[in-house]
Amino acid sequence: MISVKNLKKSFSGVVAVDDLSFDIRPGEVVGFLGPNGAGKSTTMKMLTGFLEPSSGEISVFDLNLTDSPLAIKQKIGYLPEGAPAYGDMTPLQFLSFIAQVRGYKGREKNERIQQVIRQIELQEVLDKPIDNLSKGFKRRVGLAQALLHDPQILILDEPTDGLDPNQKHQVRELIKNLAKDKIVIISTHILEEVTAVCNRVMIIAKGQLQFDGTPNELNRQSKYFGAITLHFSYRADISGLAELDGVAEMQVDEESGAVTLFPEVDSQILHLVTAHVQRCKLPVDTLVVEQGRLDEVFRNITQREAK
Amino acid sequence: MSNIMILLKREFASFFATPVAYVFIGIFLTLSAVFAFFIGSFYERGQADLLPFFNFHPWLYLFLVPAIAMRSWSEERKSGSIELLMTLPISTWQAMVAKHLAAWLVLGLALILTFPLWLTVNYLGSPDNGIIIAAYLGSWFMAGAFLAIGICMSALTKKQVIAFILAVVVCFLFVVSGSNIVLDAFKSWAPTLVIDTVASFSFLSHFEAMAKGVIALNDLGYFLLVTLSWLFAGLVIIDQKKAD
Repeated sequence: MISVKNLKKSFSGVVAVDDLSFDIRPGEVVGFLGPNGAGKSTTMKMLTGFLEPSSGEISVFDLNLTDSPLAIKQKIGYLPEGAPAYGDMTPLQFLSFIAQVRGYKGREKNERIQQVIRQIELQEVLDKPIDNLSKGFKRRVGLAQALLHDPQILILDEPTDGLDPNQKHQVRELIKNLAKDKIVIISTHILEEVTAVCNRVMIIAKGQLQFDGTPNELNRQSKYFGAITLHFSYRADISGLAELDGVAEMQVDEESGAVTLFPEVDSQILHLVTAHVQRCKLPVDTLVVEQGRLDEVFRNITQREAK
Repeated sequence: MSNIMILLKREFASFFATPVAYVFIGIFLTLSAVFAFFIGSFYERGQADLLPFFNFHPWLYLFLVPAIAMRSWSEERKSGSIELLMTLPISTWQAMVAKHLAAWLVLGLALILTFPLWLTVNYLGSPDNGIIIAAYLGSWFMAGAFLAIGICMSALTKKQVIAFILAVVVCFLFVVSGSNIVLDAFKSWAPTLVIDTVASFSFLSHFEAMAKGVIALNDLGYFLLVTLSWLFAGLVIIDQKKAD
């Protein structure tokens, strides 16, 4: 378990992380969301022991980070932002170096390396210098390095940045398939990624924690959560829709003619709407139940005044 | 200890993965021969020793050692791999020692590869080989001190060029502090104690004795102390500034 209390970090007077406190338990896949410069990377750098906090405490599995940094670093796999590596080495040499530093020797070392190579699918680039690899492969080498010792805690700073959609999918599957008793922290500014892989979302803006909950709770914050959008094949009388019970507001898009019905808080309107559509024989050709628009929620949360 | 060995191997290999080590060794061998034969009048002196060869070492190291030291931390900072290194279960001092030892071994290798000169002088006459070994040892220890200064300067900045220039300037101060030019400037006004202190910081005066074959513990100890002090300073700098 990771426990963070009143964490603060300032760089020559500029506050980057301002009084963060949270606990993360095994099994949680946490997504750090936030605009650029919000303090996500700085928080991760402090969790991994790279930066020392200006004040506050971090403890990992009941060990204090300032007292026993090496024991904690053993438990953590970390992919720094931009996936840095030693460019003059080949992935195989690089992974072998990391394995040695992690304390693996002989056959066990080879097994670990082979397993992670299979897991990340690095076979085709093993003997090319890392400097010559594509951005996607570089990122995967960084991931392989972080996963090599099968850490209990995995901290990944923008793991899918620079990957194509197939590779993104692959990385997300990989994160999902990690053992269920691990702690995974990823940072991203891709909103769908959070709903795709995380079971907990923390939104950080201006160095402060602005939201902490499940992706579903985040969706619920959206005005569009549970809203129903209808599209008609030809013009029809839609006046009755706005009067239905539980419908708070109706919006009509002038251009496409699509109608969006917003529900009142905690009310289900789907069955009412479909009943109405059938009763009045409205020419509906598409009906979409909205899941909430994350970009809208994200803007609302990160742009409101800091507490 | 094993961590240092692992890091050392990586650092040492990286000198040879890029042409850095080859270029360094090539230039060192060429220049040291040029200096010994043409400027140091190796033949004309008619003496079977390697003094003209060793006398130029401080000046050779002045430019060549900062060149090999400048990448040690600057590159880690620039590529961001410092973040990777510092989050591995190793201590910063282990990384520092490994970086120094790896580059020091490259310097040692360059020194060993000057053996044809030693063969030549043995073929031409019968030099005191004890003196030569002492001088080699002294030269290597001095190189280690230069290297520590270069590594410390490299810890200061992301830019290799800046690290190089800073290292050359600081090394230059250490080399010339024992020369008459500098000491004369002090002689007119400073008490003897100050002059002696300034002179005792000089690489030249400590090396000259060893180049003549006198291995005094305090000379070796001096270079070792300089090395350790600069590495320690580098350690403090890295801990303070690793994030920028």
